[in-house]
Amino acid sequence: MSQLTEIRWHARAGQGAVTAAKLVAETALSQGRYMQAMPEYGPERAGAPLKAFTRVCDEPIEVHNNVTNPAIVVVLDDTLLPIVDVTEGILPGGHIILNTKLSPAQVREQLKVADDITVATVDASGIALDTIKRDIPNAAIVAAVVKVTGVVPLEEFKAHFESSFAKKELVPANMEAIDRAYEEVQQ
Amino acid sequence: MPEKKILSANGNQMVAEAYRQAAPDVVCAYPITPQTTIVENFAKYVAQGRVHTEFVTVESEHSSMSACVGSCAAGARTFTATSSQGLAYMVEELPIASGLRLPIIMANANRAIAAPININCDHSDVMLAANCGWLMFFAENAQEAYDNTLVAIRSAEDHRVLLPAITALDGFITSHAMERCELMDDETVAAFVGEREALYPLLDTANPVAVGSYTNAEPHYEVKKSQRAAMEAARGVIKEYGDKWAQVCGRPFDMVDCYGCEDAELIAVVMGSCAGNLRHVARELRAQGKKVGVARIRVYRPFPAEELAAALGSAKAVAVLDRSETYGGQMGPLALETASALFQAGVSLPLKGYLYGLGGPDVTLDDMRRVFRELELLAAGDASVDTKVAHLGSEKEGE
Repeated sequence: MSQLTEIRWHARAGQGAVTAAKLVAETALSQGRYMQAMPEYGPERAGAPLKAFTRVCDEPIEVHNNVTNPAIVVVLDDTLLPIVDVTEGILPGGHIILNTKLSPAQVREQLKVADDITVATVDASGIALDTIKRDIPNAAIVAAVVKVTGVVPLEEFKAHFESSFAKKELVPANMEAIDRAYEEVQQ
Repeated sequence: MPEKKILSANGNQMVAEAYRQAAPDVVCAYPITPQTTIVENFAKYVAQGRVHTEFVTVESEHSSMSACVGSCAAGARTFTATSSQGLAYMVEELPIASGLRLPIIMANANRAIAAPININCDHSDVMLAANCGWLMFFAENAQEAYDNTLVAIRSAEDHRVLLPAITALDGFITSHAMERCELMDDETVAAFVGEREALYPLLDTANPVAVGSYTNAEPHYEVKKSQRAAMEAARGVIKEYGDKWAQVCGRPFDMVDCYGCEDAELIAVVMGSCAGNLRHVARELRAQGKKVGVARIRVYRPFPAEELAAALGSAKAVAVLDRSETYGGQMGPLALETASALFQAGVSLPLKGYLYGLGGPDVTLDDMRRVFRELELLAAGDASVDTKVAHLGSEKEGE
């Protein structure tokens, strides 16, 4: 399964990390690929740290366990950085994408990541507050993930988002969030 | 022509879809994590008018199974779903359903049994039902949760069988994780499952029958003999409908699903969602030239002893992974079944039982590598590995 891409999402419950994990997976499905998306299960309390996982592959995926060696790590809340080891198990040459006002250099300094790891940052919460008027940064952060990693194409992601998002009146604001995050992500 | 729809769904959604397509007359259930979204989704279909089912809400699982027994005896196609303590609460009535030969279908999202209280996956709940006279199917993934449900309905209601069936899927790992799935069109499924033709239904008032009456020793013994005979008959019937469904959907249905067993010297036996983790590692080891295999039990009742013994034919050592305990028994329940299948086939092999994932700890690929590493030593007669039960995921203790 050489084409297998594994993503680990770090967030606090309520930020939409599970939805983000599913958005990437379902976009891959819409391309005819195989996928899995799941949270690490436990009693959920809003604000509690949580992990979620996405697997994307050109072939059927057999494994059913947590992602422990992700190629991509996504952090939806930078207040997790002092309390969760977000870099744990990341593969050589991997990517870390964060929702933060910090610069990639500042994050790199704080996390002490290896030189071959790409660090990218975007103020997804700021973009979400500007566009959808709520701090739900998931659409924006996925756009940044798409830009930095190419795990799925931007147009496929937007098309999937548009067709699957239940609140149609909020689609334009989300599209704006996606476009802005895609442009504004720094690495 | 059958039409397939590819969709993203979790195991509970796929069970709810199978239930909708099989159009039961009655669904009666009480919510419990991680089963809840099965009946939640199904209730939505009822409310939307997409399926015409009497949806009975009750105050407990005990009442749920009671209502299922009554409804199924009346002649209705009857489904329910549960997990964990809910199944435990039903145990009083599970042998009543099978003793009355009522083909009730029940999905179980496998979850640990308290104490301590825990919502995550293991097989402690469903194994409470293993000797209650129900057919038992174990899904590896969301797709199989769907396929097994359809094969179970057809097999249970067949007059050669007439036994209730549990279709088990691993809680959260299968019930809640989203995967790529295939849904067959409604007409194809309806044609496959057909209509239930009830024998001696209570609602046939022209031919009144008594159900649930007292029996003295001899007739009781006769009923018990008939239940074993029905389980024996179920072997062929499940295979028949499994093959038929495989032709429709294009996915194989094997009571024992094998990878590499044709020439494998080291074989691991497992049930449920862990099988893919083992196969993943087995592929790695095969690439290194090691003759390893994985035999996954898909139908646990009736237990496919002959098929399993045949699958283990080339093995020099066997590992069995159990996700539930027998506390004080020699091994977990699947390991005991495997050992007796080998014994009955006249085969004596080094066999090591492992316990894993009790209460839901993540099952890592390193755990799977350890199984094959120790099997290799066991086959070589290395004294550092014995055949005592060991706990995976806790290298420090339980050895």
